[in-house]
Amino acid sequence: MTLWSQTLQFVISGLSIGAVYALIALGFSIIYNATGIVNFAQGEFVMLGALAAISLLGAAHLPLPLAFLCSVVVVTVVAALVERIALRRLRTAGVLVLIIATVGVSMVLRGGAMLVWGKDHVAMRPFSAPETLNLGGVTILTQSLWVIAITLVVMVGLQLFYTHAQVGKAMRATAINREGAALMGISPDAMVFWSFALSGALGATAGILIAPIHMAAYNMGTMLGLKGFCAAIVGGLGSSVGGIAGGLALGVLEALGVGFAPAGCSGYRDAFAFGVLLLVLFIRPTGILGVRANRGT
Amino acid sequence: MVAVGVVAALVAALPFVLRNQYYVGIAVFVGINAIVAIGLNLLMGYAGQVSLGHAAFIALGAYTSAILTTRTGLSPWLAMPVAVALASLIAAVIGVPTLRLHGHYLAMATLGFGMIVSIVINEWVSLTGGTSGLVDIPRLSLAGLALDSDTKYYYLVWACVAASLLLSFNIVNSRVGRALRAVHTSEVAAATCGVNIARTKLQVFVLSAALAGLAGSLYAHQLQFVGPGHTFGFGFSIELVVMVVFGGLATIWGAIVGAGVVTVLGEYLRRVGDRDVAVFGIVLILLLVFMPRGLVHGLASLTRRLRREP
Amino acid sequence: MGTGVLEAHALRKVFGGLVAVNDVSFTIAEGGVKAMIGPNGAGKTTIFNLLCGVYPLTAGGFRIGGKRGDGRLPHVIAHMGLARTFQNVQLFSNMSAIENVMVGWHRRGRAGFLAAALRLPWSRAEDRAARKACVEKLGFVGLADRADDEALSLPFGQQRLVELARALASEPRLLLLDEPAAGLSTREKADLARLVRRICEQGVTILLVDHDMDFVMDISDMVIVLDHGEKIAEGPPREVQKNARVIAAYLGEEVGPAD
Repeated sequence: MTLWSQTLQFVISGLSIGAVYALIALGFSIIYNATGIVNFAQGEFVMLGALAAISLLGAAHLPLPLAFLCSVVVVTVVAALVERIALRRLRTAGVLVLIIATVGVSMVLRGGAMLVWGKDHVAMRPFSAPETLNLGGVTILTQSLWVIAITLVVMVGLQLFYTHAQVGKAMRATAINREGAALMGISPDAMVFWSFALSGALGATAGILIAPIHMAAYNMGTMLGLKGFCAAIVGGLGSSVGGIAGGLALGVLEALGVGFAPAGCSGYRDAFAFGVLLLVLFIRPTGILGVRANRGT
Repeated sequence: MVAVGVVAALVAALPFVLRNQYYVGIAVFVGINAIVAIGLNLLMGYAGQVSLGHAAFIALGAYTSAILTTRTGLSPWLAMPVAVALASLIAAVIGVPTLRLHGHYLAMATLGFGMIVSIVINEWVSLTGGTSGLVDIPRLSLAGLALDSDTKYYYLVWACVAASLLLSFNIVNSRVGRALRAVHTSEVAAATCGVNIARTKLQVFVLSAALAGLAGSLYAHQLQFVGPGHTFGFGFSIELVVMVVFGGLATIWGAIVGAGVVTVLGEYLRRVGDRDVAVFGIVLILLLVFMPRGLVHGLASLTRRLRREP
Repeated sequence: MGTGVLEAHALRKVFGGLVAVNDVSFTIAEGGVKAMIGPNGAGKTTIFNLLCGVYPLTAGGFRIGGKRGDGRLPHVIAHMGLARTFQNVQLFSNMSAIENVMVGWHRRGRAGFLAAALRLPWSRAEDRAARKACVEKLGFVGLADRADDEALSLPFGQQRLVELARALASEPRLLLLDEPAAGLSTREKADLARLVRRICEQGVTILLVDHDMDFVMDISDMVIVLDHGEKIAEGPPREVQKNARVIAAYLGEEVGPAD
């Protein structure tokens, strides 16, 4: 296989995992913009989306699009509940307490998932057969194409939401200037609520998209969440475009790094993302797209 | 002063009260965790910095001790200071760029560092034994008397806890302690008073890493085995933070109380079944909502309120 | 003969597109009270922050006691003998009044982590001497009996005094007071004026910024007037008060031919 086709293969698989990171990163940024906190439970929304979809497909025998939709709705509700029940009271607490609170939430969600689905890894069939395509000597997973395509659709949908939907416009306003938006009658509480709901939906989507590529299990959320967060920071926490760019960049860099690394180094794959994170934090903490840092609650 | 004496007596008597060696073993782990928590409390409670990766320093201490004693036959008592020194050195190196950050960014940087260390432990098989870890780590022995029982080890560990506590107390009520606390509240004001912010933060970070390294070393010799497990991972870094916050940031005893509660609770939940993760999380959130300033403050204000009722 | 306590040369600070301070030069001679006045936004607090090293200079430089101050970190400048109080009192909330003052004393001490952890005798002795000196400073501002009170539990006027004591604890050569009279009653202002003169008598040079014209004119030997980031006048209070440009700056009128 030529170097070119190898690179292309890595880039495409990198883009698809990158798209998933981007969705997760968006979830982080949306909550951060509305509340100023980092939601450590974001990864669990991803996990729940994947597992719920698998259950709906398997046990309830729902067709894929319906299972997709139902799973997203379920996780959206869970995310909204999380905000209402657990985090509402703690909003005035300091950064540290909030970090711990969202970590607590992630523990609860993870523990709950373990009780419901056990510790086994479950698989999801790719969205369509055949599983792989051969394009000009390059082998790619069809699922990768689905991931990229659906992510694009989601991005477009999100953009429309921000520009045309009332709630979406309100969220954009709050992201730019929270006090100003509040003065205009946009309730910060409502914004927090919607930001969690939206992040839940995005996270669930990410989970369902990636489940056919990597197996799903109760603990898959932690690493994905962390990497999604890395992507958000790399692109600039709070910036939507940054999250997308960061996610894609991270995915591609990771794929290239692992792909071309000497044999036996594949285990370091995860360390790669964190290495990039540290590099970005040390050199340019506000991220590559340099958005306003530290918005505070 | 009386309180200190009473507590010391209780601690000394505990192994005899707890007849079961299993419980003494848990008490040993409480002690080991308390050492880390005390250091972390200095960093988070007093200096106001955050670390979500402190388990990495425990790992560094544990693995250094393990590797030196099993591979080179070095005496455990000599390996221990090396372990502490290595943890301190790495903390110094990583601390310089990391401590320039604040808030969430600082938290994420420490988290990233912790993750990298735990991944390296898993992957660098030739050095760390990978997932199999290192076995047959020798026990510590004091003047020829092998500390081969949990009870004997208990006294060593809790002596270290006492020393760490004393250290922490001395630092808090000193010139550097005041500088630390000042940095927590207002870096600008502290700087204009002549406090070297960067160096102060770095020193307390290194100190907390040194204590974690010591704890790691004690851990390795207690278990006689190190492997990529819960104690060296992200989950434990969070548990450590929980210990410090539970007990109460910036209270002298808080770290020990927190270490005790979290360790015992975790152990109990693990025994009861796999419910530990979920229940732990619920307990955590409940505590944060009702006692945001930690157990020590929470209990203090609770007793005050109860006393006021007729 | 001899360098002034502070020599500032062509100070310039630009924030993004805003020129906050433009080509300001002045010299503070040893001893006495100097004041910097000017309408809101004139750049007074910015200059304070520049002199303390809190903001980096865009251009220009300054020397403290002959030694270069620009480009230095705040704690280094503190070691050169500069101390300051803040417009919005920045006391350390987790400490008592005396502990706050003892942080001010910080640069005069040497005990580090090791000495503290081991409670070495010399560090304990140093701490005792520090406490004594700091109690004295609290006494100087009249708050010796409040030493162990939680700093933020004190009424606002007293908090200002604690911050003043904290600044004095470092035995500075030059003391920067940022709006020291703000929020004080007439009586408290009179007390403050007396206090400032006493500090002066002890050999500390004072540079202060304030809005209260009477207060400033009453206690200063020399006044520097700023407007829109530029120095527009300098001299003894009487002269400056009569300066047409100064009057115009405050009243917002155009500067025209003297009537």
